[in-house]
Amino acid sequence: MSALQKVMGWVDDRFPLTATYKAHLSEYYAPKNFNFWYFFGSLALLLLVLQIVTGIFLTMNYKPDAELAFASVEYIMRDVEWGWLIRYMHSTGASLFFVVIYLHMFRGLMYGSYRKPRELIWIFGVLIYLALMAEAFLGYLLPWGQMSFWGAQVIVNLFAAVPFIGEDLSIWIRGDFVISDATLNRFFAFHVIALPLVLLGLVVVHLVALHEVGSNNPDGIEIKKHKDPVTHIPLDGIPFHPYYTVKDIVGVIVFLMVFSAIMFFGPEMGGYFLEAANFIPADPLKTPEHIAPLWYFTPFYAILRAVPPMFGSQFPGVVAMGLSIVFLFFLPWLDRSKVKSIRYRGPIYKTMLALFIVSFIGLGYLGLLPSTPIATIFAQVFSVIYFLFFLLMPWYTSIEKTKPEPERVTG
Amino acid sequence: MSQEADGQKVDTRKRKFLIAATSAVGGVAAAGVAIPLVMSMMPSARARAAGAPVEVDISKIESGAILTIEWQGKPVWIVNRSAEMLDLLGKHDDKLNDPQSEQPQQPAYCKNPTRSIKKEYLVAVGICTHLGCSPTFRKEVGAADLGADWPGGFFCPCHGSTFDLAARVFKNVPAPINLKIPPHQYLSDAKLLIGVDAKGA
Repeated sequence: MSALQKVMGWVDDRFPLTATYKAHLSEYYAPKNFNFWYFFGSLALLLLVLQIVTGIFLTMNYKPDAELAFASVEYIMRDVEWGWLIRYMHSTGASLFFVVIYLHMFRGLMYGSYRKPRELIWIFGVLIYLALMAEAFLGYLLPWGQMSFWGAQVIVNLFAAVPFIGEDLSIWIRGDFVISDATLNRFFAFHVIALPLVLLGLVVVHLVALHEVGSNNPDGIEIKKHKDPVTHIPLDGIPFHPYYTVKDIVGVIVFLMVFSAIMFFGPEMGGYFLEAANFIPADPLKTPEHIAPLWYFTPFYAILRAVPPMFGSQFPGVVAMGLSIVFLFFLPWLDRSKVKSIRYRGPIYKTMLALFIVSFIGLGYLGLLPSTPIATIFAQVFSVIYFLFFLLMPWYTSIEKTKPEPERVTG
Repeated sequence: MSQEADGQKVDTRKRKFLIAATSAVGGVAAAGVAIPLVMSMMPSARARAAGAPVEVDISKIESGAILTIEWQGKPVWIVNRSAEMLDLLGKHDDKLNDPQSEQPQQPAYCKNPTRSIKKEYLVAVGICTHLGCSPTFRKEVGAADLGADWPGGFFCPCHGSTFDLAARVFKNVPAPINLKIPPHQYLSDAKLLIGVDAKGA
C-alpha cells in the first residue's frame, strides 16, 4: 500500500472523504446528453465563490458609515493596490450572476427540470434566487451613491405599503425614519454575513436534493429507468468527473473571457451594471432625475408600476410584484403535461413559453424607462401575459397533444 | 399505549408529554431571546432624538420660488406661491383625488383649500406618498412633458406621480394620497418653525 493510500485509509476511517468524492463526483452519473444549457449551474457556483472572495477583500477597505462609505469606495478604486480590479470583479460578478441564474432558470423551464421528482430542487432554487435578489439589493446601498440611497428608499417603502403594520415595519427595517447611517450599517451586516450564510446553506440543499434524484436532461426522461443489470449504473449516465468537470471547464474559460471583456473594457456597461447617478454621493434632499433599479430587478419593478393604486393604497402593486415570484414556487404543480421537455411538447406550450420570455424581457426593458402612459399600457399587457403563463398552465398543459417521449436519451 | 424496551415498559404517553413540554419551554425561551435582537433594530434613542424642530428664514424666498430644508432627515419644501399660482389652485379640483384634504395628511389648521396657514406659503414634506422619492418642483404652467393643462406643481421622477401647488395628488397616478403637511408655525413674518404646532392649535 502506498503512503497516499495509507493516508486516505486513515482519513476514510474517520471521515467519509472517498465516499463523498465518489457519491458526488466520480460515481455521480449524469445523463450523457447535456447541452449548452447545462453550463450555468457550475458557472453560478463559480460566481458564488468569486463574490465571496472579492467581497472579503472589499470589506478590508470599505467603511459602512454614511459619512465615510462613498469616499471609502473611491479610496478602493484609486488608492488601494488593485482595489479597482477587486471592486470591478465584484460589481461585474453581481450582474453576471443574474445573467447566469436567469439562463439556468430558463433551462429548467424548457426541459421541465422542476417536475416530479425534482420539485424540491426547484423550490430551493427559487429560494436561492430570492436570497440572491436580497443580497444584491442590500449590497447596492453600500456605495452610498444617489442610486443606492433612492433605490433603497423606494424598496423599503414597499414594505410601508403593507396595511396596518407597514409604517412600523419600514421603520424597523431602516432603524430610522429615513434611510440613514443605521440603515447602511445593518444592510452591511446582512450583506456580508447573514445572507451569504443563507445562500451557502441553500446551495448545499439544492445540490444534495439534485444528487439524491439525479439530473434531468434535455429529453426530460429518467435515465434511472434503464440501468445496467450488473453494475446498476444508468445506461445513459456518465460519471460527472471527469466527463462533466472537463466540459464545465470549457464553459468556465469561455465565461471568464466574457467576464474579463466586460470587467476591463466596460465595467459600467453603459450604466446598466453601475448606474451613472451612483457616482454622486447620496443626497437625502434630492431624487435623481430618473431612477431605475439595476437591470435584473426591472421586470418586477415594471410589474409594480403597472398596477395602479386601489382604495388609496399602493399595496396591490406590491402584492402583484410579490406574486410574480410566488408563482414560481408552484410551477411543479401547475404543469400538468404528460412530458417534461419542450422537445416533446406541442405548439401551445412553446407559444406560451415564448410569450412569457418576451413579456419578461419586455418588462425588464420597460422597467428601465421613465414611466409614461404608453409605457404603462405595455407594462400592463406584459404583466397580464406573465401571470397568464402561470394561471392558465394547468389548462393548456393538460389539453395539449404531446409527442411520444423516447425510451433512451437522444444525444 | 406502551412498548417494550430492554424488558422495561416504556410509558409513551409520558414520553410524548415530556417532549411536548420541553419543546414548548424551549420555544418560549427562543422567542424570549429573539425579542432583544428584533427590538435592537428599532430606531435607537439617538435616532429618535434627532427629530428636533427646525427654524427657517422665509423672507428670502422670492415669489414663485421654492426653498428645500431638512427636517427629521426629510426634505421639507417651502414655496412662496405667487398670485397667479394661487389663482390656478382652485380650478382643477375635479382632477384631484382628495381636493378637500379629507385624508389626515395635514394638521387641522391646514385643512383648507390652500393647505396652509398663510395662503402664499406652502409647507410640505417633499416625500412622495407612493414610494418615498422626492418629487421635482415643476412650476411651468402647461409644461410640454406634463400636458397642456398642467397647472404647475410637483412631478415625481420615479413613478410619474403628480401633485399640484397645494401638494394635492392628481387622479390616476401611483401616489394614493396628498403629500404630508408637517406641523409648523410662524414665529414672525420672516421666521417659520417646522416640527411643532402653535400653542393652542
